[in-house]
Amino acid sequence: MTNNDYIIEIRNISKSFGDKVILDDVSINVKRGEFVTILGPSGCGKTTMLRLLAGFGQADKGEILINGVDITGTPPHQRPVNTVFQRYALFPHLDVYENIAFGLKLQKVPADEIDKRVMKVLKMVSMTDYEDRDVESLSGGQQQRVAIARAIANQPKVLLLDEPLAALDLKMRKDMQIELKEMHRKLGITFIYVTHDQEEALTLSDTIIVMNEGKIQQIGTPTDIYNEPQNSFVADFIGESNILNGRMVKDRLVEFVGHEFECVDEGFGEDVQVDVVVRPEDIYIMNKLEGAQFTAKVKSCTFKGVHYEMYVETENGFELMVQDYNAFEPDSEVGLLIRPADIQVMHKERICNTIEAEIVDANHVKFFEETFECLPHSGFEEGEKVKVEITFSKVDLIDHPEEGMLSGLVHFLLYKGDHYHLTILTDEGYHLWVDTNDIWDKGDLVGINIAPQDIKIIKSDE
Amino acid sequence: MNKRSSWALPYAIFLLLFVALPLVLIILYAFQDGSGNFTFGNFTKFFTDADAIGTFALSLEVAIENTLICILLGYPAAWILSNKKLNRSAVTIVLFIMPMWINALMRTLATAELFHMLGIQLGKGTLLVGMVYDYLPFMIYPIYNILNKMDKSYMEAAADLGATPWQVFWKVQVPLSMPGVVSGIMMVFMPTVSTFAISEFLTNNKIKLFGTIIQENINSSMWNYGAALSLIMLVIIGMTSLLQDNKKEVAGGTV
Repeated sequence: MTNNDYIIEIRNISKSFGDKVILDDVSINVKRGEFVTILGPSGCGKTTMLRLLAGFGQADKGEILINGVDITGTPPHQRPVNTVFQRYALFPHLDVYENIAFGLKLQKVPADEIDKRVMKVLKMVSMTDYEDRDVESLSGGQQQRVAIARAIANQPKVLLLDEPLAALDLKMRKDMQIELKEMHRKLGITFIYVTHDQEEALTLSDTIIVMNEGKIQQIGTPTDIYNEPQNSFVADFIGESNILNGRMVKDRLVEFVGHEFECVDEGFGEDVQVDVVVRPEDIYIMNKLEGAQFTAKVKSCTFKGVHYEMYVETENGFELMVQDYNAFEPDSEVGLLIRPADIQVMHKERICNTIEAEIVDANHVKFFEETFECLPHSGFEEGEKVKVEITFSKVDLIDHPEEGMLSGLVHFLLYKGDHYHLTILTDEGYHLWVDTNDIWDKGDLVGINIAPQDIKIIKSDE
Repeated sequence: MNKRSSWALPYAIFLLLFVALPLVLIILYAFQDGSGNFTFGNFTKFFTDADAIGTFALSLEVAIENTLICILLGYPAAWILSNKKLNRSAVTIVLFIMPMWINALMRTLATAELFHMLGIQLGKGTLLVGMVYDYLPFMIYPIYNILNKMDKSYMEAAADLGATPWQVFWKVQVPLSMPGVVSGIMMVFMPTVSTFAISEFLTNNKIKLFGTIIQENINSSMWNYGAALSLIMLVIIGMTSLLQDNKKEVAGGTV
């Protein structure tokens, strides 16, 4: 079962803290010498995954293999990995030299060999002549270099880096990125890097693992992840994007923003609802209207240094973000064009809310631990387990949580050109997806109402 | 004097009256004979009196023993209390700290009664037990405090670099908790040197400590000799506090 190309095999790892699921059946294979980045928003489980690799904490389920050896139960000091901690964790009672030599002394490496290795790694992180310095007298960037030196002095097979650059300022971060990449090349060992910074991930990695809410969303090269996001979360998280509802008319033909476009995707079927992603730099914008696929009016134009960022509104009311080297004046009519290869079509994760429910009586149904009025139904018995379907746009959100039948908060939101697609997390911990034209912010508390006629009851096995 | 610094005035007066003035008086008395003439006589008397030197040495010995026992018992206790895996409730910590809420004299009297009830002969052994009982919380608390606030990533980093749990303890946790130990030493050693009530009650005055001699001299109106002895003790205690100044602050909490 073991593949020799893989230095790390993570198999079906799950981990919960209390009743909060942090990692949900995560499997990852890492090739020898790869630079792998685990990327995701805070709370997505990326740091927990790294800590499990280092040996801090135990998974509830699953196993981790390094070099084909099961290390799931191995304590941290016996694992062939070393970690660069986010807050450096340099020992304040030791100087730079002693910090770096800490692991080597434990391994009883001869003193002259320790000397040699410490000097070598200090040179590698450009900190020669700092060996006698007190770690607390160093700047943040210097401390980070010492932390890296300390971790690689042990010559680990795998280097784990937990958001190592997060505490540095932008300029320093850019410099360190280049140095890390160079260091990875020189050392030839496997790097597992955790970050929430998508740009950092795209710059550094051979492979990016995008995580959200304890699940892997996509694994791929930076170009794969950027150009072919597999779902709207990845598309939204990595880079700027226009995410729109679309309909696959047939193979190689997709409809969105009220127009049909040629594309390169096949195999979705005919007349299927999909999500479409178009990167703002992939929309061609021009003054002349002939030759354009559709037209729009420029709403705003902002200079961003390298390019201009414009919001345009199409004739049928969709708002798109466009980036171009040329500025187009607000209120001017422009023609727009999208190349087939630049349209990324994705399966929709769901096309409406489908919720497990139970019939209470002739016109009541219970779901999300609450009883809702519904239209009189037939063919269902009291107490029967059923499902209800609720269209995204039929969920009514109100400002005051206490006035809703349910209450919850806005967990995630996605702009889809002409409306917002919200993920609501109810107080009881259920997810509900809502389409709305109202503007909400992440974290807003909301009341939720659903009208009786909008609750559609179906058999539970449908 | 601007407006805000005038707020410090009451405190300055307090310090002057209750700290500076008594100190000056002690120094003045220490260098005077009974009729107010300048003399080194009080000091020569002490340094040539074998009994007094013996008591002084015994006091130091008892204080050092007490402090060592408190470290040996207090450090593991503080470590266990600060370990979230072993100790999940705050109640245990309160139980350990609670003796500090009760007057030391009352506790000492109760301890003496306990020995009496159990028929244990009063002597140096009972003195040490009583002292450890009285001062242990003062050792546990600062050590617990520093261990509790210590950034866990130091221990994780050590384990990550190959240290066994035992090595993590000795090479990282112990050195990083030294400021807490030093605070504990100050809070235990200094008052034990000067204590007299505990030795009086727990040894039936069989063992005299330095504090007892000072108290006896002052009580029998030998103020000048008493002041000289106090000054000597003050110097010794002052020397212990130098211990702390050399220790730098450690990230993750000082006491």
